[in-house]
Amino acid sequence: MRSDSRPPLFLTVTAIGGLLFLHLPILLIFLYAFTTDERTYQFPPPGLTTQWFAVAWNREDIWPPLYLSLKVAALSTVMALILGTLCAAAMARTRFFGRDQISLLIILPIALPGIITGMSLRSAFSIMDIPFSTWTILMGHATFCIVIVFNNAVARFRRLSGSIVEASMDLGANGFQTFRHVILPNLGSALLAGGMLAFALSFDEVIVTTFTAGQQSTLPIWMLNELVRPRQRPVTNVVAIVVFVTTFVPILIAYYLTRGGAETAGGGK
Amino acid sequence: MSLTAEPSRIAQPARAILPTRGLGDRISALFWRHPNVLLITLLALPLVWLVVVYLGSLAALLLQSFYSIDEFSGQIRREFTLSTYGELLQPANLDIIIRTVAMSAAVTLGAVVIAFPIAYFAARYAKGHWKALFYLGVMLPLWSSYLVKVYAWKLILAREGIITWATDGIGASAVLNGILALPVIGGNSLSTSYIGTWLVFLYVWLPYMILPMQAALERVPQSMLEASADLGASCWQTLRTVIFPLALPGIIAGSIFTFSLTMGDYIIPQIVGSSRRFIGQAVYQLQGTAGNIPLAAAFAVVPIVIMLIYLTIARRKGAFDAL
Repeated sequence: MRSDSRPPLFLTVTAIGGLLFLHLPILLIFLYAFTTDERTYQFPPPGLTTQWFAVAWNREDIWPPLYLSLKVAALSTVMALILGTLCAAAMARTRFFGRDQISLLIILPIALPGIITGMSLRSAFSIMDIPFSTWTILMGHATFCIVIVFNNAVARFRRLSGSIVEASMDLGANGFQTFRHVILPNLGSALLAGGMLAFALSFDEVIVTTFTAGQQSTLPIWMLNELVRPRQRPVTNVVAIVVFVTTFVPILIAYYLTRGGAETAGGGK
Repeated sequence: MSLTAEPSRIAQPARAILPTRGLGDRISALFWRHPNVLLITLLALPLVWLVVVYLGSLAALLLQSFYSIDEFSGQIRREFTLSTYGELLQPANLDIIIRTVAMSAAVTLGAVVIAFPIAYFAARYAKGHWKALFYLGVMLPLWSSYLVKVYAWKLILAREGIITWATDGIGASAVLNGILALPVIGGNSLSTSYIGTWLVFLYVWLPYMILPMQAALERVPQSMLEASADLGASCWQTLRTVIFPLALPGIIAGSIFTFSLTMGDYIIPQIVGSSRRFIGQAVYQLQGTAGNIPLAAAFAVVPIVIMLIYLTIARRKGAFDAL
C-alpha cells in the first residue's frame, strides 16, 4: 500500500456513496410534504402545493401531542442535567470500589434495546399497579437521558485542569464557591450541549414511550399511528419536518458548543 | 527596660485575619477531609434513581417472566413457574426468535461492509474541513429523528415510490421484479419484503457501526502500513492482514450496537416488512392487545440473554477499549 495521502478512487467513491446513502432519504420527506397526491406515495409527485402546512396547522389532533412532547422533553432534560452532572462530578477523577459497575449502570439504559427498558418499566408498573401518566413517560425518558449528559460532562471534567480548582482553594474559596465561579463556567457549554442532545433524544423517542404512555400520545406516537393508519399523508410529512427540525437544531448547536474538544457531542448516543 | 515594662504588647502575637467560617466552608472542609463523604453525597441521588427505577424495573421484568397467565380468566397468576419460558419453545415462537437473530446478523454484516469505506476514508484521508464534514455527515443521521428516517424509507420503498420509478426509468424493472420474485426474502413490493426491512435496519443503525470503526482505524499507526508496503504487501494483503485485525475491536464494538438495536426494534418491521413477526413486535403485541405480560417479559429476556453472551465474547476480544 502506498503511503501517499491520495485516497484510491474506489475508496473515495464508496465513502461518498455511503454518505449520500445516509443523507438523501431525508430529503424525500421534504419533497413529499409539497405533493398534491394525498393517498399514495407516487413518485414523482403529480403536482406541488403548500396547502398541507395550513391543513396541519388547523388539525386539532396535532397540538396536544406536540405540547406533551415538549413538556416531557423539557422536564426529562432538567432531570438528566441534575443527575448526569452529579454522576460525572463523582466519577471523573476518583477511582473507587464499584466504579466500573456504576458506569455500566449509567450506560445500560441506552445500551440495551429500548424495548427492554420499555418492557421493564411496563412490568414494574403492572406489578405495583401504577397507572400510566405523564410521570410514567418521564421516568423512562429521564433514565436514558442521564447517560447523554453524563458523557458530555465527564469528558469536560477530565479536560478541566485540576490546578485551577487548587488555585481557587488556595485563594480562599470554599467548595461551593469554587463550583459556582470556577467549575460551572468551564462546564457550561458541555452541559448545554448535553442538555440539547437529551432534549432531542427525548423529543424523538418512541419505543420506550409506547410502553409507558398508556392512552396519551406524544408527537412521535401520533406519527407512528399515522404511519400505520394514514389519513392525509402529506400532513404526516409536515409533522415529520417539524420533528426533524426540532431535533436537528439542538444537535447542530451541541456540535458547535463542543467542537474541537475531546468530547465532541453525541459520540456516545 | 521598655521590654519588661510592656510585655503584653510584644509577647502577644497579632491575631490572624481569618474570614468568618460559614456553613459552606464547614461542609467544604468536611468534604476535603473525607473525600468519601463527598463521593456519596454526589452519587446518592443518581444512584437511587438508577437502582430503584431502572434496576428495579429490570427485576420486575424478570419476575413477570416467571409468572403465567391464567388461560380462563386472562389474569396474571403471581406464582413462580417456568411454563411461560416453555411457551417460548413452541415452534411459532421459536421461529420468531430465529428470524430476529438472523436479521440482526444480516444487518450487522451489511453494516460492516458499507461502514468500512466511510470509516477508513474519514480516519485516514479526511483532513481539516473534510474531517468535520465526515463527522457531521455521520453524526447528523445518527441523531436525526428515528421515525422520520423510517418514514422516509416507507416513501422510497413503496410500490409507486422512487425505486420503482427509477428502475422503470433505466429499464431495469425486470431486475427489480426478479429480486422480488426470490423465495423467502422477496415479496409483493420492496416495502413488504425482508429486503426492505433489512435495508431500513441497515440505514438506521449504520452510523453506530461507523463511529467505533473509525475510532479503531484512527489508532492504526501509519508506520505499520508503511512497513507492510515495504515488505511487499499489496493493498489487499495489507487490508486483510494488518488493517482488518487491528480494526476488529472497533468492528465488534459497532456490531454490539447494530445487533442489539436490530434485535430490540419493533417499529421498523411493523412499518416496512412482511407480516411475519420479530421479537420486538411479539413483545409489543403480547403486552398490549393480548394482555399477556408474562410471555411478553419472557420474550424480552431473550435479547438480554443473547446480548450477554455476545458481550462476553466481545470483552474477550478487547472490544470495550474501542468504545
